[in-house]
Amino acid sequence: MPLIENGQIIEDRFLRVADEDALPEGVPVLIGADRFLKEAAALKGRQAPVGIIWPNNRPIADIAPYLDQLSLIALNFPTFRDGRAYSQARLLRERLGWTGPLRAIGQVLRDQFLLMERSGFDQVDAVKPADADAFDEAVHRYTVFYQPATPDERPSLLRQRLGRTVSGVPAGVPK
Amino acid sequence: MYVYDEFDRAFLAERVAEFRDQVGRRLSGALSEDEFKPLRLMNGVYLQLHAYMLRIAIPYGTLNSHQLRRMAHVARRYDRGYGHFTTRQNIQFNWIKLEELPEAMAALAEVGVHGIQTSGNCIRNVTTDQWAGATPGEYDDPRIWAEILRQYSTLHPEFTYLPRKFKIAITAAPQDRAAIKVHDVGLRLHRNEAGELGFEVLVGGGLGRTPFVGKLVRPFLPARDLLSYIEAIMRVYNQYGRRDNIYKARIKILVHEIGAEEFSKAVEAEWEAIREGALKMTDEMIAEIRGRFLYPDFATLADNPPELAEALKDARFATWHANSVHTHKVPGHAIVTISLKPVGAPPGDATADQMDVVADLADRYAFGEIRVGHEQNLCLPNVAQKDLPALWAALDAAGLATPNVNHVSDIIACPGLDYCSLANARAIPVAQEIAKRFSDLDRSRGIGRLHINISGCINACGHHHVGHIGILGVEKNGQEFYQITLGGRADEKAQLGTLLGPAVSYEQVPGLIEDVVETYLELRAGPQELFIDTVARLGVEPFKERVYAAH
Repeated sequence: MPLIENGQIIEDRFLRVADEDALPEGVPVLIGADRFLKEAAALKGRQAPVGIIWPNNRPIADIAPYLDQLSLIALNFPTFRDGRAYSQARLLRERLGWTGPLRAIGQVLRDQFLLMERSGFDQVDAVKPADADAFDEAVHRYTVFYQPATPDERPSLLRQRLGRTVSGVPAGVPK
Repeated sequence: MYVYDEFDRAFLAERVAEFRDQVGRRLSGALSEDEFKPLRLMNGVYLQLHAYMLRIAIPYGTLNSHQLRRMAHVARRYDRGYGHFTTRQNIQFNWIKLEELPEAMAALAEVGVHGIQTSGNCIRNVTTDQWAGATPGEYDDPRIWAEILRQYSTLHPEFTYLPRKFKIAITAAPQDRAAIKVHDVGLRLHRNEAGELGFEVLVGGGLGRTPFVGKLVRPFLPARDLLSYIEAIMRVYNQYGRRDNIYKARIKILVHEIGAEEFSKAVEAEWEAIREGALKMTDEMIAEIRGRFLYPDFATLADNPPELAEALKDARFATWHANSVHTHKVPGHAIVTISLKPVGAPPGDATADQMDVVADLADRYAFGEIRVGHEQNLCLPNVAQKDLPALWAALDAAGLATPNVNHVSDIIACPGLDYCSLANARAIPVAQEIAKRFSDLDRSRGIGRLHINISGCINACGHHHVGHIGILGVEKNGQEFYQITLGGRADEKAQLGTLLGPAVSYEQVPGLIEDVVETYLELRAGPQELFIDTVARLGVEPFKERVYAAH
């Protein structure tokens, strides 16, 4: 499954490790929330980066005490129709102040890329290779947005929205 | 009327292009039907019993004559010459071919009309009072706030994949014509003691298999905080609404399960964190939207002009006038309701020719503006009283002057088993048969205001729970049966109807309804007591005794 970060297909340097497997030394790992919370104290001493897969049915606020231990947060879309992780993403970015990488995993399709980007994800783990190839087209599908989304590049609401888009390109300017 | 600008047009064009791409990927197999379905639904495309159905949004029920004429064109060119106006200020075309769908959509998009978010698990077309901006006594024009919500909710990145569909309705008048208490969020615009504009917020109303009247979560929300508060509600719902069972996924179940107080606490906590953020509206932002609503340049006229007084000598005109014409906030003007319930026709249907007639009459007599109400009737909100006789004559010639608005034959009915793949029983023929029984206008006038609502299944698209008389079709051993409820209402005193007794067969329904009405006529305290008030006073028992004794 191609991993895309800011429009580029990248190598996934994080190794996904199942709960029952030992954590390899010196390798960035991506582990489940249960395991992380259980081993959080021990993981503090670990040298290599740790990422966490946070399930979409658990309050995202519970992650707050551990943010400085994390190098990656992945939020799960068990089906593409289950939109809980969009709210989790916005809360992570806007409420909890997470500035590190935020990855969408699970049933991630092209038709959700733009919503994901606007909700604060900067990495998407695409299910379909063809979708990954179409990333640029998918996130530039719209030049105008009605509502503010991510905190930095926020297209502003209603009339003040004019001339602003999520990517900072003025409305109506051809790509 | 609200005027779309370049921004709205750009968005619409981009949305159409996206959908065309999605259809292409579906046809090539790159998208499975499972993946495509939510995408097409969010563009108003259903697969019904016989064909694809296209549902078009009429935001806050307001149309201009060009838009209505274009709908007539689509009905004629791509459908079978008619369209169906629904209880949610939408119009549906039932017979469009899939391969012609993009073309029909493009034709509609040219006049700013689309099916965006008329289905799917997103915030749906926001509905309001069809008399908005024209009726006296309003605290404000609710359409301004509906438009603000339309913009906010359109392709919202966080709330496009909610647990279930989400419906918001707004009223700003003392009489609620938007049925706000049976919506996921109901907003009642009013002023507090200090004279500030704000909303009473109700959450968790709805019909379907688990009907609820909405619960009050906030008596007064300053108007400028509308969006942040809605966002707080949506965020709580998106995270905590049930996803394990489609029948328990609506916000009404969440509110019911955790209680209105707990729910309200969660919303308030979320709101506190965002209320001073980007969604807080400034006076300038609100004024900007307000400024895009253009109102007619009303002439200075007096009430009851001589032309009207003269025409009222004609009994047919006088009957229609008494029934279909309502008080306007500007002297010398009137609000006209156009019944789409002629006896014998499916409720809410209009032919292409009738749409053209209404569009032309709107241009001639009503500043080019048309409204659609949740009762499945049309409305011309701004007509000079002196023009009423000519307007009536033209409507009458087009079969659009049936004087039965709010009468027993002004029935709300879903499409039922004739069109809908979900239905268990027919609804349209039941409505037609009842309307026939009450086709005598003197008789129906004598009965007074009485709302009958019919649904062909438990999903309650015909809003049977809130009909003064509600009729619900159910299936038993392959046969259609109907449950009757009495005493429901969708207005400012909204409540759910009470079951009258055992379900009856298809053939028995019209006679039973007649018996219910006859019983009311016998039991009412006087001609001034409406059916709904008699039921409220006596309960359903006296009706049950009489009706079931006879059957």
